[in-house]
Amino acid sequence: MTQINSKIPQGPLAQKWSNYKASQKLVNPANKRRLDIIVVGTGLAGASAAASLGELGFNVLNFCIQDSPRRAHSIAAQGGINAAKNYPNDGDSVFRLFYDTIKGGDYRAREANVYRLAEVSNSIIDQCVAQGVPFAREYGGLLDNRSFGGAQVSRTFYAKGQTGQQLLLGAYSALSRQISKGSVKLHTRYEMMDIVVIDGKARGIIARNLRTGRLERFFGHAVVIATGGYGNTFFLSTNAMGSNGSAAMQCFRKGAYFANPCYAQIHPTCIPVHGEFQSKLTLMSESLRNDGRIWVPKKKEDAEAIRAGKMKPNQIPEDERDYYLERRYPTFGNLVPRDVASRAAKERCDAGYGVGATGLAVYLDFSEVINRLGRDVVEARYGNLFQMYNKIVDEDPYETPMMIYPAMHYTMGGIWVDYECMTSIEGLFAIGEANFSDHGANRLGASALMQGLADGYFVLPYTIQNYLADEIRTPRMSTELAEFAETEGAVQSRIQKIMAVKGNRSVDSIHKQLGLIMWDFVGMSRTKESLQKALDAIIQVKHEFWTNVFIPGESEDLNVELEKALRVSDFIEIGELMARDALHREESCGGHFRLEYQTGDGEALRDDENFSYVACWKYEGDGKEPSLLKEPLIYESVHMQQRNYK
Amino acid sequence: MEKTIHITLKIWRQKGPQAKGAFETYQLNDISIDSSFLEMLDILNERLISEKKEPIVFDHDCREGICGMCSLYINGHPHGPDEDVTTCQLHMRKFKDGETIIVEPWRSRGFPVIKDLMVDRSAFDKIIQAGGFISVTTGGVPDANAIPISKEKADEAMDAASCIGCGACVAACKNGSAMLFVAAKVSQLALLPQGKMEASSRAKAMVAKMDELGFGNCTNTGACESECPKNVSISHIARLNREFLKAKFKD
Ligand SMILES: Cc1cc2nc3c(=O)[nH]c(=O)nc-3n(C[C@H](O)[C@H](O)[C@H](O)COP(=O)(O)OP(=O)(O)OC[C@H]3O[C@@H](n4cnc5c(N)ncnc54)[C@H](O)[C@@H]3O)c2cc1C
Ligand code: SF4
Ligand code: FES
Repeated sequence: MTQINSKIPQGPLAQKWSNYKASQKLVNPANKRRLDIIVVGTGLAGASAAASLGELGFNVLNFCIQDSPRRAHSIAAQGGINAAKNYPNDGDSVFRLFYDTIKGGDYRAREANVYRLAEVSNSIIDQCVAQGVPFAREYGGLLDNRSFGGAQVSRTFYAKGQTGQQLLLGAYSALSRQISKGSVKLHTRYEMMDIVVIDGKARGIIARNLRTGRLERFFGHAVVIATGGYGNTFFLSTNAMGSNGSAAMQCFRKGAYFANPCYAQIHPTCIPVHGEFQSKLTLMSESLRNDGRIWVPKKKEDAEAIRAGKMKPNQIPEDERDYYLERRYPTFGNLVPRDVASRAAKERCDAGYGVGATGLAVYLDFSEVINRLGRDVVEARYGNLFQMYNKIVDEDPYETPMMIYPAMHYTMGGIWVDYECMTSIEGLFAIGEANFSDHGANRLGASALMQGLADGYFVLPYTIQNYLADEIRTPRMSTELAEFAETEGAVQSRIQKIMAVKGNRSVDSIHKQLGLIMWDFVGMSRTKESLQKALDAIIQVKHEFWTNVFIPGESEDLNVELEKALRVSDFIEIGELMARDALHREESCGGHFRLEYQTGDGEALRDDENFSYVACWKYEGDGKEPSLLKEPLIYESVHMQQRNYK
Repeated sequence: MEKTIHITLKIWRQKGPQAKGAFETYQLNDISIDSSFLEMLDILNERLISEKKEPIVFDHDCREGICGMCSLYINGHPHGPDEDVTTCQLHMRKFKDGETIIVEPWRSRGFPVIKDLMVDRSAFDKIIQAGGFISVTTGGVPDANAIPISKEKADEAMDAASCIGCGACVAACKNGSAMLFVAAKVSQLALLPQGKMEASSRAKAMVAKMDELGFGNCTNTGACESECPKNVSISHIARLNREFLKAKFKD
């Protein structure tokens, strides 16, 4: 059986990264200029990596789907970014951030990676401030912090409710500087269609120019995938419309392992679904749980009256409200981790206490904090979120509690990488949400931004050199090589196959069908039966897609339907992989909740003896079941225990 | 009961950058007022696809008002009739039953049409590349709290930094000027000690690039500010002008 080598450096946990850097190979400046690196993606991970690699002197080619790198999905992150600065002197440290992340991930992440993440977190904040990121400050002029779920310290830095925007604009400015210097060449409105592997090493990509529809070939000594997560498998999610899992699937089909596909995060505080025409779900940042209190009516009659429109939430007196998170988890209260908060909301709604027209909503109430601190303070903290809510729902959250419900948000699973962020294909790297590495079975709030920037600024620029140091004698290859032609040919036939179906269904209608299956059977709670049902249903969706999809227009033209169809064809495969992984993991952990495996009071019940591993799925060919490889998780520094937020 | 409206749409269709475009008229019935403007266009596109026709091309991504990808000139206003929102956040409840809605792409020399309602805004990236950054490289920077910044300044910088690069200011301007966009970046960085060092050279380089790319001059009409979905204030243009003059002085 193939052994998984995660290349974790020797030594005690706290010294691993220093040891690695002290002994790794580097590339000298003259050689850097001769090495080409392809970076796919311009989100936090991709932009920070492309900029940093360009600064180092490599020749970088950077790609994104949108018309500008600044529009990557990272721009939408609201709440904040974690770091172990301990500025508030409330007991934080690198070890505590590491520990909280491991525990938050329900002991399913790799210790060494998470420690390194916590270790470099502080440099990220320094870097961003130097770039001109306008983080929130106190009156004394120093940086302000807020709290996020799963932590008892305030370690989250933020820029109003627009932290992702400001961090991405920081990375984008660094990237723009390198573009002006010529070290990075930018390709916007390009979509990667496949990787080119030559003699077992990643050597380039085939990309579709979205303006012309033509396929183009690009060579690189190494390829970095920073294409984000696959949450849109669910159709409705908080992700941007263009977010996709296709690059990950292209790597998977070329032999890169796909790790833990079933670990997906359902975020507890999103604006509830309102209609069939709905195209996406809007997140209300977790930071709101700092000050907002979550409740449903204590009495079923009240909940029914509200659903029927006969009663308003403000008419329910204080002692008739069930602040169920504060009741069940007195220590963490409204700030329990996301998976716990989401399940608790679902539990109340399933039991008949849900509010809103559909009964699939709970209240997030700010009246207490408005009374305590005043409307101005609340507006300064969350003004843009309140405005966003008001525009969508047409209700004023200063006056009446917000309605929220869980929604698909983030994928912890992704392309398997070793300690160096290299996939199981040599020379192919994956960073940011696209990889699986740091969040285990559940990600804590404000940690994705941290991971994306850690990977791009401070990890990959080191580790990629350890690989490239052995490539300095590899000359630039011609894209006329047979491997490029073959890969392009395969992409071309996939496109022609889709164009040729000429059926009767739109891409969106099939995507929606897939999304419902995922939500119902592979969603917040899963069972053996539901997952089996999902697998059967997904096979039907797949059949429907390949026999009945309709794509208007030409393939060699700007063709949005074709773009969507290519992505949906991959979402179908990812959905299948998620269900398969969820079915095999006969335990509950973090975002993966199997109804069969829970404690007496409804908490996730892990099975460390049998499932303390990373599930790595390996492609075995079209229509064949993928095989499963296991990377054991060994904990040397933390003691695994049942998570407790009570 | 869900409230719905009937509308007539006149939408600009253009096959490609060189093609001649024209308005096409579509009738849409029973549109829920709770749907967003782009969801309404999705519904229309689904219909076109079912009639085996090419759907209308428009840019969008986040659909929550932050990525700056959506555009559209709706009934004479960039991002439509609602205040302080992008097109993706505009909801059909802002329109009346029976209303005719005219939808056009951004029209400006700096933003050529690619197809239908999609335009090329890469000029904005080029302006940023000309100097919209602080010249620091990764690593070797001081501790984040080494230089205190007054809350007032930081907040003002944040307001300027809220610009989403959508281009509505250009589309709204009769001169097709990109002054508000440029000023927002110049001002954000000039307000912060980290960005002060390069403030005037930055202003000069960005303005020169803006002129080179075919954007018009600013004549202080204020149209940009009133159509900006993020409320970026024209007071930033005053700060840009100060930095610009400083640069001229130095020359
Ligand atoms: C609404 C929302 C709020 C969030 N808030 C927070 C928060 O407060 N704190 C936090 O830590 N995290 C938050 N997250 C999570 C976090 O934003 C993401 O996990 C993170 O930004 C992902 O960054 P990334 O660089 O990996 O990928 P992305 O930002 O998704 O970037 C992907 C890039 O890849 C490109 N791309 C994709 N596919 C292709 C292809 N085939 N070819 C070419 N290019 C391609 C895209 O164009 C884009 O440039 C939030 C997420 C959402 C949805
Ligand atoms: S200044 Fe306003 S209108 Fe102009 S690009 Fe920025 S956000 Fe858009
Ligand atoms: S789609 Fe992102 S701002 Fe409108």
